[in-house]
Amino acid sequence: MKKALLKFFQRIEPDKSKRLLHTGYEAFFTFAFVPDHVTKDGVHVRDGMDLKRLMTFVVISMQLCYLLGTYNIGHQHFVALGQYTGLFEGFHLKLSYGLVKLLPMWIVAHVVGLGIEFYFSAKRGHGVEEGYLVTGALIPLIMPPDLPLWILSFQSSLPLLSAKKAFGGTGMNVVNIALLARVFVFFAYPADISGDEVWVAGLTKAAEGGVADYGWFTLHVLNPLFDTFGWTGFNPAAAVVDGYTGATPLALAAKGGWDAVTQVYTPSQMFWGIIPGSVGETGKPFIILGALMLIATGVASWRIMVSMAMGMVFMGLVFNAWGFNPLMEVPWYYHFSMGSFLFAMAFMATDPVTAASTNRGKWIYGFFIGVVGMLVRVMNPAYPEGWMLAILFLNVFAPLIDYFVLQGNIKKRLKYVQQ
Amino acid sequence: MESGIRSGKAFIKKVLRMKKSTSPFFLTLSMMLLAQGVFAQGSGSQGSDLLLYGLLAAVVLIFFYLLMQVSDHMLAIEAQRMGLNPDQRKKVGLIPSLTAGLFSKSAPAYVGKAPFIPLKKGFNILLEGAAEKKVATGDQVRTFGLEPGQFLGMSPIPKVLVEEGANVKAGDLLFYDKKRPEIKYAAPVSGEVIEIRRGEKRAITAIVILADKEIQYRTFDAFDWERSSREDLVTYLLEAGVWPHIRQRPYNIVPNPQDIPRDIFISTFDTAPLAPDLDLVVEGRGEHFQKGLDVLSKLTPGKVVLGLNANGKSSPSPVFTNAQGVEKYWFSGKHPAGNPGVQIHNIRPISTKDQVWVLGVQDVLTIGALFASQKYDAARVVAVAGAELNHPQYVRTYLGASIADLVKDNLKHEHVRAISGDILSGSKLGMSDFLGFYDDQLTIVKEGDDVELFGWLIPQEGRPSVSGTYPNVLFPSRQYQASTNTRGERRAFVMTGQYEDLLPMSIYPQHVLKAVITGDYEGMEGLGLKELVEEDVALCEFACTSKQPLQKILREGLDLMHAEE
Repeated sequence: MKKALLKFFQRIEPDKSKRLLHTGYEAFFTFAFVPDHVTKDGVHVRDGMDLKRLMTFVVISMQLCYLLGTYNIGHQHFVALGQYTGLFEGFHLKLSYGLVKLLPMWIVAHVVGLGIEFYFSAKRGHGVEEGYLVTGALIPLIMPPDLPLWILSFQSSLPLLSAKKAFGGTGMNVVNIALLARVFVFFAYPADISGDEVWVAGLTKAAEGGVADYGWFTLHVLNPLFDTFGWTGFNPAAAVVDGYTGATPLALAAKGGWDAVTQVYTPSQMFWGIIPGSVGETGKPFIILGALMLIATGVASWRIMVSMAMGMVFMGLVFNAWGFNPLMEVPWYYHFSMGSFLFAMAFMATDPVTAASTNRGKWIYGFFIGVVGMLVRVMNPAYPEGWMLAILFLNVFAPLIDYFVLQGNIKKRLKYVQQ
Repeated sequence: MESGIRSGKAFIKKVLRMKKSTSPFFLTLSMMLLAQGVFAQGSGSQGSDLLLYGLLAAVVLIFFYLLMQVSDHMLAIEAQRMGLNPDQRKKVGLIPSLTAGLFSKSAPAYVGKAPFIPLKKGFNILLEGAAEKKVATGDQVRTFGLEPGQFLGMSPIPKVLVEEGANVKAGDLLFYDKKRPEIKYAAPVSGEVIEIRRGEKRAITAIVILADKEIQYRTFDAFDWERSSREDLVTYLLEAGVWPHIRQRPYNIVPNPQDIPRDIFISTFDTAPLAPDLDLVVEGRGEHFQKGLDVLSKLTPGKVVLGLNANGKSSPSPVFTNAQGVEKYWFSGKHPAGNPGVQIHNIRPISTKDQVWVLGVQDVLTIGALFASQKYDAARVVAVAGAELNHPQYVRTYLGASIADLVKDNLKHEHVRAISGDILSGSKLGMSDFLGFYDDQLTIVKEGDDVELFGWLIPQEGRPSVSGTYPNVLFPSRQYQASTNTRGERRAFVMTGQYEDLLPMSIYPQHVLKAVITGDYEGMEGLGLKELVEEDVALCEFACTSKQPLQKILREGLDLMHAEE
């Protein structure tokens, strides 16, 4: 197997003068094989860990979110239509519908992003760096399921070019690329990513009066396919049930506090993620499992996660004690299961490139993300969720935090150095 | 009166600083209490009262905590004024047993009351092929060589004092540095100079000696070091050719003879992978070791400091533990706890004005032998280790032994790399080269120039790794076969905190190195570049996810700083 594959690669190796082709070839070759490079100067034996493995482990830790996200797209769709309201009813329909929605997003995000990565790597004459593997996996998870693909492709390339490639590529960016992609969508196409009607896929309107809105693939490929097995198919005439709202818990809480939330969703629904929302952020147990995996393998910083949770709890308590409006009175522990706090904590704030780089700095960085994120979530009337903005804000401040931590180290050293 | 005011001011400053350092603790404490209050508020009708009580309780607790902190720090200040060393200072406090027992590892019984410094950070790379603990006679090693290129900062063409074909005795001078002619280098063995090897631009790469069967020694006049002046002693050391055995920190170079070190540090154990057991090395040579220490103590107005190993189940060799006239510190912890740089940092860090000197244990033996028996005795016990050897073993030979002779009839196969020193900071050698001047270890590892299918994701064989993504953490005592494969390609810095966890020093390695890359002198100096040498960051380089050449970057920085002086 190894020899056959190696032979195949040797046969297809393009000429080195075709730089783009050769860069692409090298990327695939080093994906299949660890190259035969040996250490030259410095350390003679190297750790088995490299950037590919690091990034792949982050992607692996997100897989459960992908699984639930896919299923939940279908489930929310049918709940809005009043069909198969039980969790496992219409399993094949929900799963296939989720795939129909999510797979194109995943493919577009990767083709566009990796295309840019390959192009720049060829231009600059270095190997394709693996940073985009995580960014590309994150982007579909943080978008609403019905986001038009042209927006997705436009907005996953723009941040990549302006915030990463312009700064020098992987490891050099100041802000988190996946979040920046979401911010770009948020400010350029607000109608597609905010409000109560964008979080459920495949409806003309996620409120009373809407009807199912299926594409060609669903009706002309999937339906006949299911028909041959004798399974039920998609019903293009289905309408949204009376009194349905596609609002997320946070939107409800902003209007009427915790009582308004519990009228629509139970806490356990919110915990398990059977609610409308961005694709990957709803299933809390799966995010927690992913976070635990990242912590156990040492891939992501537990300091950031813990301090971010501390910051959020702290602000939650302050708001509880203050109790100025219904949203402030939402018990602080329910803030964990509403919205995307856990997802942001596990996968966004811990990005090592944009976070503070000193251990002490990480505590400060995480804590202030928690504080600022809660401020935006609770105090800001325009936008119900805060983590995206809080993390980007602290990304910008991370070098400053590090600067002060390092100055502390310098001052400490000056003391004994000048004795 | 005035001193009273000053100490009062200092005290207030201390308290202020302390408040800063303990604030995260206050935060969590008050948060816990607040949380309780809020919970109660939800359930009871008198919720607001409960919240108030909770807050009050928090304030009271914080007050008491502050009080305790203040008194504890006052004790610490007092301890510092009394001039206690850092380890003794740790035992002073309001509840000393608590802080000592909870937050630090307790010392093994054989340490007794001596200062004990447990180091938590670091990592032991466990490799197959450790040398068997028995010293073989190195009769097969017949050629020896001295390679001038290994001495940092030496001119590429030193002045050679012998000619090809000449007969030399052990201790006869071979060459000296043209930049510093007073520093002379001696022949480790007696015999015929069979080759003066030249490399690019006629640089002298090695002076090769075919050793006599019976080593002849150059005879020195007896020297009464106890009664002579320090200057005379230095001159004697220079003339005898033992001066290069001393190295200076910062920069890890041979010191200038006119410099006076603050202290002299000797680490009596090596934690590097497959490193020799120095207890075995000094067996039966206690007298020479003690003599060496005595002479060294004459060279410094400060102390000669021994770093002792507290990792073992039993006490290290009595040669070390019974050494007289020295300061002893016990260290426990994983690699790089045995590095002198790490020990210096944790005992008394180097300041800008001072320098300290560092010697290896066998270098001390050589100096001791010079004064005990008036001859230049460069005998070395060398660990020849590695999984690619039939019999990894210790060999009794001399300084600069030929690699080919050392591994004669012992290699499993030829596709190997010979490393003078350990796999982390040693230097790559060919079979015709010679063991480094300061090295007492030869490591043989497999050349890993082979591709591996999906090796980065699902490796086919075990490999050493710091990372938790490998199942290695589940088998802490498993040994691995080393290979020189880079295990991936070089990338930009991505991971953070990785180096910090591997260096038991109060230094941010990544930021020091970034300061070097960006040419930021203030950063380099302020963040402690001068306290580091290659071997200290070698472990970080091993673990580096981005495969960056940290030792090379560090040396560039050190060269820059050295040139500035």
